[in-house]
Amino acid sequence: MVRVQADRDVCISAGNCVMAADAVFDQDDDGIVVVLVDEVPEGEQDHVREAVRLCPSQALRVAD
Amino acid sequence: MTQAPELPPLHMRRDAFNPTPELRKIRETDGVRTVTNAFGMKVFLVTRHEDIKDVLSDHQRFSNTRPPGFVVPGAPNVPEEEQTSARAGNLLGLDPPEHQRLRRMLTAEFTIRRMKRLEPRIVEIVEAQLDAMEKAGPPADLVASFALPIPSLVICELLGVPYDDRDDFQRRSARQLDLSIPMAERLKLVRRGREYMGSLVERARQQPGEDILGMLVREHGTELTDDELIGVAGLLLLAGHETTSNMLGLGTLALLRHPDQLAAVRDDPGAIGPAVEEMLRWLSIVHSAIPRITTTDVEVAGVPIPAGQLVFVSLPSGNRDPDFIDSPEVLDIRRGAPGHLAFGHGVHHCLGAPLARMEMRIAFPALLRRFPTLELAEDFEDVAFRSFHFIYGLRSLEVTW
Repeated sequence: MVRVQADRDVCISAGNCVMAADAVFDQDDDGIVVVLVDEVPEGEQDHVREAVRLCPSQALRVAD
Repeated sequence: MTQAPELPPLHMRRDAFNPTPELRKIRETDGVRTVTNAFGMKVFLVTRHEDIKDVLSDHQRFSNTRPPGFVVPGAPNVPEEEQTSARAGNLLGLDPPEHQRLRRMLTAEFTIRRMKRLEPRIVEIVEAQLDAMEKAGPPADLVASFALPIPSLVICELLGVPYDDRDDFQRRSARQLDLSIPMAERLKLVRRGREYMGSLVERARQQPGEDILGMLVREHGTELTDDELIGVAGLLLLAGHETTSNMLGLGTLALLRHPDQLAAVRDDPGAIGPAVEEMLRWLSIVHSAIPRITTTDVEVAGVPIPAGQLVFVSLPSGNRDPDFIDSPEVLDIRRGAPGHLAFGHGVHHCLGAPLARMEMRIAFPALLRRFPTLELAEDFEDVAFRSFHFIYGLRSLEVTW
């Protein structure tokens, strides 16, 4: 089971995660990351890993 | 008297689309080397993709603030009070937590959703410029008639600049970052720009509109000083103006030199998203991120850098690092180049990236569809690249259709 954690204090609202995996990440009205799912669906796991790699402020973490 | 150097500093040197081969040499050998910047100061230049990411994400050891007494050689003596007020609101001169405080006030204006709401207005601005070009007929200078006005009008819209002021505003903004203009004159322009921003801030304080300044006054008016509001507005202007416009000019030229890729951007609606990312990587118009200062003794790529030294990261070099991407010298719009450093990395990652992407995704296909036979009206060898400038680009681009 793959989960993804987002540190909303560290997020700088670059939006790269939404570009990489918009089924898993969104931005709230202030642009801060919101994780949409408890568990990352099978087909989204590569996208999520990409989002973690792309996050400029290292706000995302995958927990297997 | 200081004499202008014949060549720009090493980190700014390019041959048309390509960074100077000397950058590759540094990347393949030492990784980090000391060079001289535009003001004659010694700086450590970082050239590898991974090292650049490390530097940019470590704001504790690589700081954006300047220690007391830090002066740029040749800068006129500006009273301490004026310096302090000029620094206020400049996110690029701040470290966390002060940086985060200001950035958080602005992020709501640059969310992806917010950009989608802005999309129809950007389409209108682009179509109006294309109408004007079509009406005037070929040939045209694509920089003056397309690449410059579009981002400028979009940022005017965001900042609430009245229509009557827009010509002056565009002229002033274009010159502030031009390193071939003497520093005293540039500082004068910066001062005039600040005065103008001050008038916008005053208006927003009295009658906050729907633009960014109005939003900041309504939501955060008591937390922000006028100097901070002026600083934020000035930064958004410079950042939004120079960068996207040079991407539009240089990007169009890059596509004209790669006709099959141009055809894909023109004819396939799915091509533009990845194409914009690859053009951002391949062109890397920002030579270097804002110089960092080491707060302690550090080591990058095994090279010791003492505390208090200036560190430049070469974005074009990092974006053409074969350890980051295969065949880095090739423009291949299909690959999308995720992980490129054109918008920087770390807490200062470009705030306006979603806006820049939106503008480019609209503007390139719109241009190529309006003028499907677009071509250069001058020899490629004669194209005026603009090298002695903080941001790489074109002075002009003669096209016909």
